[in-house]
Amino acid sequence: MSLPNEHSRRVFMQRAVLASVLAAGGAGTLSACASGGSSGGASTGEGEVSADNPFGVAPDAPLDVVIFKGGYGDDYAKFHEELYKKQFADAEITHAGITDIRQQLQPRFNGGNPPDVIDNSGAEKLPISTLADTGQLSDLTALFDAESIDGGSVRDGVLPVAIEAGLYDDKPLVLNYALECYGMWYDQALFDSKGWALPETWADFMALCEEIKGAGIAPMAHQGKYPYYIQQFLMDLAVKHGGQEVAFAIDSLEPDAWKSESMVAAAEALAEVKGKGYMLDGTEGLDHIQSQTAWNEGKAAFIPCGSWLENEQKSVAPAEFVTTVAPTPLLDGAKLPYGSTRISAAEAFIVPSKAKNVAGGMEFLRIMLSKEGAAKFTELTAAPTVVKDAVGGLDLTPAAASVQALVESGGDDNWNYYYDVWYTPMDPKIQSAVAELAAGRLDATGFCDAAQKAADEAAADPTTNKRTRG
Amino acid sequence: MQHGRYRFVVGFLVVPLALYGVFVISPFVQAFYYSLTNWTGVSPEFEFVGLENFRRLADDSVFLRAIRNNVLLLVVVPVVTIALALLYAFLLNVGGRVGAAGVRGVRGSDFYKLVFFMPQVLSVPVIAVIWSVIMSPTSDGLLNSVLGVLGLEPSRFLANPDIALWCVVWVMVWGSVGFYLVLFNAAMTSIPRDVFEAALIDGAGRVATFTRITIPLLWDTIQTSWVYLAILALDAYALVAVMTAGPGGPDNSTQVIALQIASNGFQFGQAGYASAMGVVLFFATLVIAAIMLRITRREQIEY
Repeated sequence: MSLPNEHSRRVFMQRAVLASVLAAGGAGTLSACASGGSSGGASTGEGEVSADNPFGVAPDAPLDVVIFKGGYGDDYAKFHEELYKKQFADAEITHAGITDIRQQLQPRFNGGNPPDVIDNSGAEKLPISTLADTGQLSDLTALFDAESIDGGSVRDGVLPVAIEAGLYDDKPLVLNYALECYGMWYDQALFDSKGWALPETWADFMALCEEIKGAGIAPMAHQGKYPYYIQQFLMDLAVKHGGQEVAFAIDSLEPDAWKSESMVAAAEALAEVKGKGYMLDGTEGLDHIQSQTAWNEGKAAFIPCGSWLENEQKSVAPAEFVTTVAPTPLLDGAKLPYGSTRISAAEAFIVPSKAKNVAGGMEFLRIMLSKEGAAKFTELTAAPTVVKDAVGGLDLTPAAASVQALVESGGDDNWNYYYDVWYTPMDPKIQSAVAELAAGRLDATGFCDAAQKAADEAAADPTTNKRTRG
Repeated sequence: MQHGRYRFVVGFLVVPLALYGVFVISPFVQAFYYSLTNWTGVSPEFEFVGLENFRRLADDSVFLRAIRNNVLLLVVVPVVTIALALLYAFLLNVGGRVGAAGVRGVRGSDFYKLVFFMPQVLSVPVIAVIWSVIMSPTSDGLLNSVLGVLGLEPSRFLANPDIALWCVVWVMVWGSVGFYLVLFNAAMTSIPRDVFEAALIDGAGRVATFTRITIPLLWDTIQTSWVYLAILALDAYALVAVMTAGPGGPDNSTQVIALQIASNGFQFGQAGYASAMGVVLFFATLVIAAIMLRITRREQIEY
């Protein structure tokens, strides 16, 4: 269990994303006053506002940057800091690349002295919905409304999920920078050699599984110790069957959202995979490293995961292994197209409302969202960002190319859910129920009941801030 | 003179007491205070909510599950560990054949001592990782391979909610026995040989020597061990966090209070609520330690 892997898993697993409605009409309310007005700055600084300096950053104001140094490292941020320095040569930049964000920053938040920019990610991240609920995050509306460094507004230059994922009661408070795409992963080389075609329907998938099993390979593995992964498969089946509304209902804690026809069908489908013996033996007890390694060794054909998989397995995958993502097959009567999938934005960048240099923090984010800044991120980390058309000239690996293709083929039908970060105590309960379902200890009805019970508990909890989507 | 002596004593005590006050006492007091608030853990602002947090605890199904699991650990781990440690210590000291030289341990006892003590030099996360690899749930896992050779069905171990907690119990016992063995061994060595020899001459067998002499003379040590092990069983955080799925085990089968405190306090942004759990754990530990010391109280035997 090596530490970097552990962290990268958590980075993605616990993406700090939160949102409610994708701002109906973009919500023009500019919000210099939304930061609560206490000791920190407003969204304009003391410098002069100009086209090159839309937030009025004071040129000599120091900038305090804290980056989660996990799977992506922190070199990309140092590059962004150089860009910032080019603009404000007199600004003194403090850079910290750390993994224990919470331990180091909790006292600073409690003391009212937080940094100006934080990449709040990893296993030790600060509870972001709590920060948002207590008014400790700057409203980023001004950032998205501002002119982009490459021309046009910043808002038009990023994928909608970047803004949706950071919405909090209709206000964008978080910039989720890295783009993640989920699906079923397989070895293209293996499939080519066996002549296996990707299944688009559930019937085809079952037939293929039978064939794979006949070839002495387990059709599917999953990272059972962290039920989050197989849950991606389950949710994808359900949402593609019933449409975005399935995810909206779950996120809005609507009554019986987990008992919808689509969710039941998806749960039955997952139970069928387990019931017919298509799961890798013992996979429900393996962690991500063990299961993904077994998959790399050709013991299993498919594994659910996100777009970081290739990078994470770099040292393990055999040279001839061609990591490729496939969309989840469609259940009968599915509403979304086969080529759609769950995408999310991760690496949660925030500008605390009580920071000394709020304007500088916003400017830093604007630099990150430039094509130059985004391309450097992708170059250094092999991961896509939420910035549109930033990777034009880059050579993509087969995995990255398949991710790119899937993101594009899904377009507006790509979907996401947020309940896990909105209602953090509910998340482990759902995951626990998913694990029971995937291990064959709960049937579809049992799973839906257990999941609904967890959702009802969240809905009834007076300390939970309820949100809605859709 | 008297006056000077006090100054001397105070001079020695003031620094450690101050450190103890700042780093031990004051966090305790603060936890009590925070348990009565809705503090999130990341904001300077919070409100006083009285006993609301404790009321919510009573309805928290996961927390109640955690308490059940901790109680099981509390009952099983100290008993098994002490029993095994005592037995081994006895064998190593006086369990050997009676020869011309009188009472001695089994052959190679120094080697066994070393072997048993080995887990003690490993940190808990290392132990957890080692055992989760040994108990790998696939049929080609280490322990499952052994089961396969014996013709038994492979077990899912930590992925099976029915036995996951027992796997944790096993690892806790495995990790602790060595230390208590050495502790009991040291205590036994301080019992004068002639007591055992006298018993031998009176015709006492090994069992009688063990129950009538060894245990009564070790009672103080056993009592202390019991309290330590109980505290260990009430924690169990590191093992559970590293070893078990979730973490917290499949279907919360290995959920423990300490894990719930960490989740609520740090991941869910409910530091006040987590402090309330901490307060419950504090009193539980205190009460259990007091009860154990009381019910195990015996006459002191001088020798």
